[in-house]
Amino acid sequence: MEREFADLEVPRARGRVREGLRGYGLIVAMWIRSTMTYRTSFALSTLGNAAITLLDFVAIYIMFTHVDALGGFTLPEVALLYGSCSASLGLADLLLGNTDRIGARVRDGSLDTMLVRPVPLLAQVAADRFALRRLGRIAQGLGLLGWALWSLEVDWTAGKVLLVPVMVLAGAAIFAAVMVAGAAFQFVAGDAAEVQNSFTYGGCTMLQYPPTIFATELLRAVTFIVPLAFVNWLPALYVLGRPDPLGLPGWAAFLSPLVAFAVFVPASLAWRAGVRSYRSTGS
Amino acid sequence: MGLYTAVAAGGFRRYATYGTATAAGVFTNTVFGFIVAFTYIALWDQRPGLGGYDQSQALTFVWVSQSLLAAGALIGGGFQEEIQERVRTGDIAVDLYRPADLQMWWLAADLGRAAFQLLGRGLVPLAAGALAFRLALPPDPWRWLLFLVSVGLGLVVSFALRYLLGLLAFWLLDGAGINLMATVVSVFFSGMLLPLTVFPGAFGEFVRVLPWAAMLQVPLDVLLGEHAGAGAAAGALGFQAGWVLVLLGIGRLLQSAATRKVVVQGG
Repeated sequence: MEREFADLEVPRARGRVREGLRGYGLIVAMWIRSTMTYRTSFALSTLGNAAITLLDFVAIYIMFTHVDALGGFTLPEVALLYGSCSASLGLADLLLGNTDRIGARVRDGSLDTMLVRPVPLLAQVAADRFALRRLGRIAQGLGLLGWALWSLEVDWTAGKVLLVPVMVLAGAAIFAAVMVAGAAFQFVAGDAAEVQNSFTYGGCTMLQYPPTIFATELLRAVTFIVPLAFVNWLPALYVLGRPDPLGLPGWAAFLSPLVAFAVFVPASLAWRAGVRSYRSTGS
Repeated sequence: MGLYTAVAAGGFRRYATYGTATAAGVFTNTVFGFIVAFTYIALWDQRPGLGGYDQSQALTFVWVSQSLLAAGALIGGGFQEEIQERVRTGDIAVDLYRPADLQMWWLAADLGRAAFQLLGRGLVPLAAGALAFRLALPPDPWRWLLFLVSVGLGLVVSFALRYLLGLLAFWLLDGAGINLMATVVSVFFSGMLLPLTVFPGAFGEFVRVLPWAAMLQVPLDVLLGEHAGAGAAAGALGFQAGWVLVLLGIGRLLQSAATRKVVVQGG
């Protein structure tokens, strides 16, 4: 089928994107309305979302009541790492965090219902149970990022000013690509949402600490294999005027958007392969 | 008694069927273990003896807490969502008809689950940690026995707290918000983010007497020999047993209040 309509591919592709976004928007709106039915619970869970990450930072703060620097980084410097990573992950999580439910849907057969709907599967899976409460984490991350930028004495240049919002957005895009790849992996592995979590939540836990405290092999792995270092380490090191422990040149800090794109290509190919390989459980 | 043993065995088997999920969980616990271990090395390099631990004890803390995390349902994943769902749909009425005590039924099922996760998700991360880092695991079998008793008590404390959350659904209907808050509290106050002995001053003393301390901090201290000697160990286990009694007691009161509420609504 695909090949027969090859000449229609380009306009169709553009139409599909628009259709996908429209479907995504409608599903998101539906879930927001549904969430608002239990307003108290929504308020509590948004607060909880901010609090769960805030307590993470409180633990780091408690560490800093015992030391002046961790891996040579001061508390505001760690806050810069923490805030940017938290905001990026929060953003990716808000937009398509529920892709990790796909394993459960493969298992219980409810993915079949999604496949017959006239909306691209990825849009449906990404919008599935859209959780507005995740604004909590984003707000908390941006708040800490703001505090860090205010407390740090940075030699601001135009490039550094530009790099801060680019870091947050490109970071979110990298996490988003990892989530799509993780969702694709679940077609093969089944109920393996936690593997995805190790790269997203686990990755962010790592990125909130200075790269200097980790083993070089680990740094290489998160720079060149799963390029999480581009989420915030490299841009933040540039803003802080610190060298990269792996010796990458300063301009590497500006590569994050390119890296995000580079990760999206294999991630979306994997997704397509995953969808094609899908065999319903029949339940 | 036979009934509850059967329920516990069912809980064990139920989780044992999720092979991929268990493997994925082991992977996650190991990844997090490595990340936290590096941060602790950085911290203990600068402050040897922080919180009363040397570096290898601190690393032991990291890896054993990763091993206990799933069993203790410290970041959720237990049964309270299931109770809440049953309350919301009304299925709970069926549970109340059963010739078994509701609290004991769920306790047995949860202990079965915990036993599986202790084996399925506990051993491999700990082994990985022991291979990669120098841990302070005691050679003394007696200490391990005490540790297991303490883990068991910690699991019951964890159950008793989550049972209260489950019952709250009778009043709240939607449990998502309260579950999230509970997770926040349990992650922070159990010592999972940072050993509670590192928390400063009066705040530190306060967090060490809360029930969450009984879930992770106390078992770890028993293993690390912070409660060495019969008296100290008895004190630590007594602290946990105290919370078990208090929380299970509150659970019973709440349960009878909730049961009456069901009757009022007509089931």
